[in-house]
Amino acid sequence: MIGLALLAVYVGIFVVSYLVVRYFVHQSISGFTARKTVTFGDESAVTPNRIASVVSVVTIFLIWGSFTGSAWVPGFLHAPAPFVGETSFTYTLEAPDGQRDDATVFVHVLPFGEKPEKFTVPPGDGFAKDDAVAMTASRSVTILFDRNDEVKRKDGAHVVAIDGNPISPDTVVKTGIGRFALTDKGAISFQPPTGLQMEPIWLPPPESVVQRAVEIARDGYRDTTLWGHLGYSLFRVVVGFALGALVGIPLGYAMGLSNWFRGWFDPIVEFMRPVPPLALIPLVIIWFGIGETGKIILLFLASLWIMAIAARSGVSGVNISKVHAAYSLGASKAQIMRHVIMPNSLPEIFTGARVAMGVCWGTVVAAELVAATEGAGMMIMVASKFQLTDIVLMGIILIGVIGFGIDILMRKAEKILVPWKGRS
Amino acid sequence: MSGLSIEHVSMRFDLPNGSSVQALEDVSLHLKEGELMSVLGPSGCGKTTLLNIVAGFLAPTDGRVVMNGEEVTGPKADRGMVFQQGALFEWMDVRANVSFGPRMKGQREAEWGEKVDHLLEVTGLADFKDKAIYELSGGMQQRVALARCLANDPDVILMDEPLGALDALTREKMQGLVLKLWKETGKTIILITHSVEEAILLGERLVVMAPRPGRIHKEYRLPYAEMGVGADLREIKHAKGYAETREEILEMIWNMEEEIMGRAEELQ
Ligand SMILES: Nc1ncnc2c1ncn2[C@@H]1O[C@H](COP(=O)(O)OP(=O)(O)O)[C@@H](O)[C@H]1O
Ligand SMILES: [Mg+2]
Repeated sequence: MIGLALLAVYVGIFVVSYLVVRYFVHQSISGFTARKTVTFGDESAVTPNRIASVVSVVTIFLIWGSFTGSAWVPGFLHAPAPFVGETSFTYTLEAPDGQRDDATVFVHVLPFGEKPEKFTVPPGDGFAKDDAVAMTASRSVTILFDRNDEVKRKDGAHVVAIDGNPISPDTVVKTGIGRFALTDKGAISFQPPTGLQMEPIWLPPPESVVQRAVEIARDGYRDTTLWGHLGYSLFRVVVGFALGALVGIPLGYAMGLSNWFRGWFDPIVEFMRPVPPLALIPLVIIWFGIGETGKIILLFLASLWIMAIAARSGVSGVNISKVHAAYSLGASKAQIMRHVIMPNSLPEIFTGARVAMGVCWGTVVAAELVAATEGAGMMIMVASKFQLTDIVLMGIILIGVIGFGIDILMRKAEKILVPWKGRS
Repeated sequence: MSGLSIEHVSMRFDLPNGSSVQALEDVSLHLKEGELMSVLGPSGCGKTTLLNIVAGFLAPTDGRVVMNGEEVTGPKADRGMVFQQGALFEWMDVRANVSFGPRMKGQREAEWGEKVDHLLEVTGLADFKDKAIYELSGGMQQRVALARCLANDPDVILMDEPLGALDALTREKMQGLVLKLWKETGKTIILITHSVEEAILLGERLVVMAPRPGRIHKEYRLPYAEMGVGADLREIKHAKGYAETREEILEMIWNMEEEIMGRAEELQ
């Protein structure tokens, strides 16, 4: 239900904002694409529409805020909230002798996170007495209405109507007050309107995630500061990747230059490449325990094959005329290695490094989820055990942002170090 | 004995499927120092193979190549090579590309700087010497390739369709440059080309090769290269005998192509 509502809202915003931008925002396309008549399927003509990107991000936060009742989103944009406050309904009890009597149930529905407190009401008259129930929004309660009644269920009394609507064990009554049903034993099950908002335990509003982030940044989490956790993860990635590159690149070069190396390592590399590093986690834990060694070895293995394959294809991909030209310019084998083969393989190695960094970052988080005493993944894992969804979300967002940041840095480095990539 | 001798060179490629291609059969040629020879022939007649053998990248199955009295056993700085495309080093700027040979010999900038700058000047690259290779047009890239080869001061320059990828106008300019450099430096040059006009204009000697097996079909001695030095190459095309030579060679190549096509049809 909530899922469908979400999807509908999302698609709606997508379409409406597209139409609005299309008809009301005048976009002047400049540059050579402006005069193109055929642009369909032309890559240079398709660039990300910045307005769309902004609206897309805003939409996600808006929907998030709206379906969590965020204080940052104006009230009229909130999805219907679950009922909170005081309500009441009457039930009609029929005694075994056929006599009927009405009694009222007073219900206090408290917002999420507040503890329901018991209260009492005067019993009223008749053999069915009034009841008092305190509960949390969106939940359903089973009301043992007959605890104070003069005729009990076990004596054969049963509820026949709610607010005048007939009810039986196989009918459900829905009124403006909520949803009523009878349990197998004849007790009343009541659920006030749930609305469309999420409970914070499923999805906390953005402000509580931010608040939690500020808190953890200030006080730390589990004896380590936030920066400590992220630093541990990054440190593992950097060391693991560096080791992988340090071994993988020379290995790839050797495989690209020597038949023997190629033959020897091909089966190993081709076998290890499709094995996801995550599948190695159990083995690594068994062999090396949950300390740093195991994690760094895991990341080393994650990046090793990628870097070896990248270096290998960088070497084999050299245009043979470049090597021939260098030979006939009098270069020695070592000089060709140093001045032709190695620089020529850099673009491939950079592509590999970007992939490897991404894989390492994902792997470290997964490894920390399984076993760690600090790290971004560990934060999420521990928080989820205590159902601290706001920390889980904060962790996920930080992991995403850092992963994105790593890729941007790698791209920047690539632009500076191998400016000729893709241009020869 | 000075100069370059190609002596009874044959080359057979054994293919993985068991058959073999006779790329060259008994090719013999002698080039004196300072000669400019153009080589023409239909595609697949073994021109590149011949050049690779002279450069020392391939060992012939029969025969040998002798350079200044010494048998060729591998690539060496005395035989420079200019490729059609893609042989420049993108990770170096223009000047670093041109000075590659001297630098690999361990020379310091004091030793090669003047020569390299002069070559950049001559090839019209002085203003581009700090540019990256990928920022240059195709014509300029080929000028870098020429300058790089000359900076290494080889005795023989081997060119495999060096102007093949250029547009007609740039190509004409570059032909003039080749002639100029040839005259100024006195290098021995073998130039492979697809273009009959280019072969006639640039070849003091012109060798026409025939395919299957690759062999020398006919050889000409032509005056146009000498005439073309410093002159307008378009004028030369009106010189006496030019048109007749061109027609004759075109016809020859045309017939070879016909024969190839005919054989291909027969096979089908
Ligand atoms: N490395 C090789 N392996 C197998 N066959 C080759 C090889 N190089 C060239 N050939 C064959 O030799 C013949 C001559 O090739 P090539 O010298 O490239 O001709 P051209 O340069 O005149 O077009 C062609 O039939 C070609 O298929
Ligand atoms: Mg060729």
